[in-house]
Amino acid sequence: MIEINTISKSFANQKVLSDISAVFETGKVNLIIGESGKGKSVLAKCMVGLLEVDSGKVLFDGRDFIAMDREGRTTLREEIGMLFQGAALFDSMTVEDNIMFPLSMFTNMTKAEKLARVNFCLERVNLSGRNNLFPSECSGGMQKRIGIARAISMNPKYLFCDEPNSGLDPKTSILIDALIKDITTEYKITTIVITHDMSSVIEIGDNVIFLHDTKKWWQGDNKSIITTDNPEVLSFVYASEFMKEVRASMLENRG
Amino acid sequence: MLSVVFRRPKKKDIFISRCINEFMIIGLSSLPIVVLMSTFMGGVIALQTASNITSPLLPAYTIGYITQNSTILEFSPTIISLILAGKIGSNIASEIGTMRVTEQIDALEIMGVNSLSYLVLPKIIAAVLFFPVLIIFSMVLSIFGGWISLLLSDLCSTETYLLGIRTDFKVFNIIYALTKTVVFGFLIASIASFYGYFVKGGAINVGRASTQAVVISSICILIANFILTQMILL
Repeated sequence: MIEINTISKSFANQKVLSDISAVFETGKVNLIIGESGKGKSVLAKCMVGLLEVDSGKVLFDGRDFIAMDREGRTTLREEIGMLFQGAALFDSMTVEDNIMFPLSMFTNMTKAEKLARVNFCLERVNLSGRNNLFPSECSGGMQKRIGIARAISMNPKYLFCDEPNSGLDPKTSILIDALIKDITTEYKITTIVITHDMSSVIEIGDNVIFLHDTKKWWQGDNKSIITTDNPEVLSFVYASEFMKEVRASMLENRG
Repeated sequence: MLSVVFRRPKKKDIFISRCINEFMIIGLSSLPIVVLMSTFMGGVIALQTASNITSPLLPAYTIGYITQNSTILEFSPTIISLILAGKIGSNIASEIGTMRVTEQIDALEIMGVNSLSYLVLPKIIAAVLFFPVLIIFSMVLSIFGGWISLLLSDLCSTETYLLGIRTDFKVFNIIYALTKTVVFGFLIASIASFYGYFVKGGAINVGRASTQAVVISSICILIANFILTQMILL
C-alpha cells in the first residue's frame, strides 16, 4: 500500500500540487486522471523521488520515502517498477539486455537463471523470441510491453505506469490494460497508472483519483465515475457527445 | 556531483565492462583523428621551423630540437586535448543528454542505480587513463611526421633531425605533458557529463548542452594549461 499525505509541489511560483492525500491499495489498479498539465506525472515523479516535494509524506507500506537518505531510497527503489511514457528503454541494449539489466545489477542470479527470467517476462507480455531486437527496431506498443517486462523483472511490490496507452491503437491499448490488470492481481502489486484514456478508466480503474486545479478533486472507482454528478469530472470524462451518450445509456441500463 | 560520481559501483563486473566499453568509445575511436592530426601537424612544424631558420649561426639540428620541444610541451598535450574536447566532449554531452530527455536516466534512478556513478565514472576513468596513451601516440607521430616531411622536402638529413630530437631531451617534459593530459582528460569528461546530465527539455537543448560542453571544457583546458605550466615548469 502506498499512502500520500498532503503532498505539495511548485515550480518557481507556479503551484502544481496542493495538499494531495490519497491511499493506493495493494492488488488494485489505482488510476490518476486529469487534464494535461494538471500535475499527474509530477505527482507520480514526486512519489518515486524523481522530483522533490515541497511538503508532505509518501509512505510505502509505512516507510516514509521523503525522509529517507539517498541509500534508503535506492534500497526501496529496488521494490519499484516503472513504465515511462516513452518506455525509456536503453537504446544501446537489446530487448534481452534491457530486461536483464536490473537482474544483473541487483541479483546474484546466474546467466541461465537471468535468461529464464527474461524469457518468462517476455512471454508474459506476449513478446517471446524478440530477445535480440533493439528498441529502435520495435513498434511503440512493443516498446511499452518491453518496458512493462523490464518493470516486472524484479518482481516489484509497486508498479508505476506513466500513460501506458499514449500513442497506441485501441487494440494494443486494451492489451496493455489487461496486462497491467493481470499483473497487479496475480502478483499482488500496488499499481499506479497515470492516464488520459477513458476506456482504461472504465476497464481497469479499481481506484480513480481525479486531479483538478492542483487538488485532488474527486476519488472513486470505475463504477462511481459513471454515476458521479461532479461537474468537473463529467466535463473531463464525458467531454464528447459520444461519451455523454454512452454514459446516458449506461445509466439507463442500470435503471 | 563528483562526490556521488565517485561512490563505489554496485557491481564490479558491470563496472569493468562499462569501463572497457568507454575505453573503446573514448580511446580507440579517437585514435584515427589523433594519428592524422599529429602526423600532419608534426610535418608542418618541422617545415615551418626549417623555412624560418635562415641564420647560418643556428645549427641544422635546431629543426629537430624545436619540433621535439613544441610537440612534447604544447602541441600534443594541449592542442590534441582541445581537439578531443570537441570530439569526445560533444559525444559525452549528447549521449548523456539524450538519455536524460528520453527518461533513460530516470529509469536508472527508479531501478535504484546510482546513475551518475554508472554513467559518468567509467567515462572519467577512460578519459584519465587513455588520454595519456593517445598523447604519447601523438608525440611519436608528430616527430615521425616531421621526419617524413623533411625527408620529402630534402631540407634536413635524418641524422641531423634525430640529433635535434635527442638534444636536451628531458624525460621531465614528458611527465609534465602527461600530467597536463590527465587533468585535461578529467576536465573534458566531467564537464561534458555535467552538461549532458543536467540538460532539460528536448533535442535543441541537447545540442546546446553539447556545444556548451565543448566551449567550457576548451576554456578550462586553456586556463588549466596556464596554471599547470606556472606550477610545474616555472
